[in-house]
Amino acid sequence: MHPKRRNRLFSVLFLFAGAGISVAFVLVALNENINLFYPPDKVVGGGAPVDTQIRAGGMVLEGSIARVGEALDVQFVLTDYQGSQFPVIYSGILPDLFGEGQGVLVQGRLGADGLFRAHQVLAKHDENYMPPELADLKGLKNE
Amino acid sequence: MSFDSFADFIAMGGHGFYVWFSYGASMLVVVANVVVVRRSRLRYIRELTDMARRQRNAEAVSHS
Amino acid sequence: MTLKTLWHRLGSPRWFYQISRPWIYVLGILALVLLVTGTVWGLVFAPMDYQQHDSFRIMYVHVPAAMVAQSAYIVMGFAGVLLLVWRMKLADMVLATVVPFGMSMTVFALVTGAVWGKPTWGAWWVWDARTTSMLVLLFLYFGLYALRQAIARPEAAARACAVLAVVGMINIPIIKYSVNFALTLHQKASFTLTEAPSMPPEMWLPLALNVLGVYCLFGANLLSRLRLEILRRERGTQWVRDLVLSGSA
Repeated sequence: MHPKRRNRLFSVLFLFAGAGISVAFVLVALNENINLFYPPDKVVGGGAPVDTQIRAGGMVLEGSIARVGEALDVQFVLTDYQGSQFPVIYSGILPDLFGEGQGVLVQGRLGADGLFRAHQVLAKHDENYMPPELADLKGLKNE
Repeated sequence: MSFDSFADFIAMGGHGFYVWFSYGASMLVVVANVVVVRRSRLRYIRELTDMARRQRNAEAVSHS
Repeated sequence: MTLKTLWHRLGSPRWFYQISRPWIYVLGILALVLLVTGTVWGLVFAPMDYQQHDSFRIMYVHVPAAMVAQSAYIVMGFAGVLLLVWRMKLADMVLATVVPFGMSMTVFALVTGAVWGKPTWGAWWVWDARTTSMLVLLFLYFGLYALRQAIARPEAAARACAVLAVVGMINIPIIKYSVNFALTLHQKASFTLTEAPSMPPEMWLPLALNVLGVYCLFGANLLSRLRLEILRRERGTQWVRDLVLSGSA
């Protein structure tokens, strides 16, 4: 390779590596500092601030989903399956992926009474798509 | 066919808006990408042809 | 033709203009057949998902667009290196012509992502790693477009765009691995080269057709945009004049 071109190639690689390393540092720093959500043990144990906007997460406890009062009000319990759980009340349309045993994130305020009043419920999905018939065979719930 | 009737197909299990909006937008993006290039290409070639013809005629005049 | 002569010929826009014409038709027809088959299959015949029901059909348009939006950027990154190191004319033309296509696909992926996210996650938009890095990709496309408009001297504009394209490549692995980060709502990749897809064939086959189709579309679209760009940049030359006068441009 022509020496001039080799030099230019090295400068391009150097530029790319430099920018890449700085972005990597920023990402690592962000990943360590951002408290993305409060898990159930923090919410129950007083680790989460009361009456401020927070995000909490957990699994929907089986058999805990109950409609209360008006048509869209729904109450359920989020758990980590390790002894910590807290009730959530939400008024609105639930996402399709919401269901028993699903991981969800709730955004809202934690009351002093321990009840979490959510104004948004977000559900997580994995990459496993399946036709309903197959899901029935595998014993997965199909609402 | 995974739908029982045409009405079911349009409704998409209650998610008709989301599904049809996405598919409509996909058509739009594909067609727009093709049409935009085609139109500007035709226009530009016409422009180039006019320019080249004028130039050729001017040369012919200066030669005679 | 040896690799070396191909390499030298790629430096000649005229040669490229002449050989590229049939490929537009081949790729264009392939794209049409694949996209129509994949879309009808996905929309009408594929079974619905047991949890998402029919809104999962959005996947068949969302995933191919998101994939090609990233691939288009990778093409620009490599073109940037070719331009900065070898000063290849064609590389700068690629850099200029991929932008509108890539930008439209990124916008489309973000919009369909929002439309898909609302019924399934419960929100139009969430600030998580995947969505944010896709937004960064969009801004990189905006940046590349604006930079070219802002710099009057073509050579300076070409180099500035190449540098931005190369530096922006860092975002590509971030998008790819963002779904494996600790917390994101976005599901993991539906398709990888190394693993079997995590869904039955009647669900992933239409997706595969649409992915192939959108890559063919990208190829055909890039070639036709490149040919127009070649005409624009070489407009003063004799071969372009002969070409348009013979009516075979």
